[in-house]
Amino acid sequence: MVEPLNPAHTRHHPRWHRRRMPIFWWLRKWRYFRFIARELTSVLVAYAVLLLLAEVLAVARGPDAHAAFRAWLARPPVLVAHAVVLLGLLFHTVTWLNLAPRALVVRLGRRRIPPRAVLVAHYAAWIVVSALLVLLIGRT
Amino acid sequence: MPELATVEVLRYRPEREAAPSWETFEVPFERNWMVLDALNYIKDELDGSLSYRWACRMGVCGSCGMMINGEPTLTCATYLESVLPGPVRVEPLRGFPVIRDLVGDLGQFLHKLRAVKPWLIRDQGEQPDREHLQTPEQLADYKQYSMCINCLLCYAACPINELEPGFVGPAAIALAQRYNLDSRDQGARERLEVLASQDGVWCCTFVGECSEVCPKNVDPAGAIQRYKVTATVDAFRRLLPWSSR
Amino acid sequence: MGRSREPYLWALFSAGGMVAALVLPALAFVLWIAAPAGWIQLGGYDRVAPLVLHPVTRAALLALVVLGLFHAAHRFRYTLYDGLQLYHLNALIAGLTYGAAAVASLAAAWTLATVP
Repeated sequence: MVEPLNPAHTRHHPRWHRRRMPIFWWLRKWRYFRFIARELTSVLVAYAVLLLLAEVLAVARGPDAHAAFRAWLARPPVLVAHAVVLLGLLFHTVTWLNLAPRALVVRLGRRRIPPRAVLVAHYAAWIVVSALLVLLIGRT
Repeated sequence: MPELATVEVLRYRPEREAAPSWETFEVPFERNWMVLDALNYIKDELDGSLSYRWACRMGVCGSCGMMINGEPTLTCATYLESVLPGPVRVEPLRGFPVIRDLVGDLGQFLHKLRAVKPWLIRDQGEQPDREHLQTPEQLADYKQYSMCINCLLCYAACPINELEPGFVGPAAIALAQRYNLDSRDQGARERLEVLASQDGVWCCTFVGECSEVCPKNVDPAGAIQRYKVTATVDAFRRLLPWSSR
Repeated sequence: MGRSREPYLWALFSAGGMVAALVLPALAFVLWIAAPAGWIQLGGYDRVAPLVLHPVTRAALLALVVLGLFHAAHRFRYTLYDGLQLYHLNALIAGLTYGAAAVASLAAAWTLATVP
């Protein structure tokens, strides 16, 4: 047999090539980047629940503390940052609800609940819960 | 319409080179050609040493999966015109070791497929005297997952498959579900061990690319998420004091 | 993480994701955009405080905090794991993320239970 130019190649060890995954694989394709962005909205979820907790604790400390908290929220850079947070939370909600029908396949008797019905039910729940929360806050 | 199309192929000849390299070919442009036809032209007329897999040339055998311009696709089902203007970049499916040129080693997948026991499992000692009957509704429960042609485009699309080579993977899990959801099957417990392991469904983070590239609309991502729900419900049930396990 | 624990972590993650999806956008919009920007007027302290500090509100908030933190811990853990290929640090990352969520949850529980 002809002497191979690739010295690592031998007749019984032909050297399959294994491609390496780059560290920033998720920057190479838009859909992968969108996936990582979707996953990172979870950080915004953590921030949001902690901010809610912070507001409640400010209320607990008294009217001055609460007024200071509200003033902080109204500062322009904070407002802009929270607009970004809201966009991220909306992205989380929309992507989460859209994927729900793929995971929740339920059979009622002989028929399967159509995916569209599951989707509509989830969006309806979002609208109802949001409306209830707004009403609840509006009562103050 | 262009006369010629430029096709760049990632060659790998292990006896000659230590790493893959690109080679450029000019093929005639024909409106009714698939990318597979372009590869066949290259092999017939330009370089007979080009190695690649294909068979049915009509999208049912699953042999001709390759990366075309970075997307896992069936070369027999992709019009050359749709990937022009060139150059059209053809590479072997990602996520598999490359044996030569466009041929990847699929042995790991076959091993994973066998591990999920993709056959009807019935209780031992059964002596049926007639075939197992199934209603159309029962067929509909698993039919989608039975359409898999093992083309492995889903594995090439899945970043987890490349990052974690032990991951059982979309097609294997979809096929496991094809049997788990089959009313004639009694083997869900036997498949649990592999599917609920750390290399099973829990590796998946629902990127969803597998379902995007599937040429048969199997929706392996959906199959995996459904199994996560199944496995979770099962885990909570087993916590109950009156459960049998 | 043992394979026997994944279903419970995934259940927490799912519950957190669903609750966050349904509840957070409306709250964020009203409390952090509309009210501070002056588009709506929230009640004064004397009207707000009893509602906000009500035991039911505290319990609901605690549930939201715990679920939200564990949702984020689970998802962030996997993102670090796969996004930066830190497989060799798996145990450490899992410990840090779930650990931080657990500690923060306990702190939140204690605070909400004891604050007047």
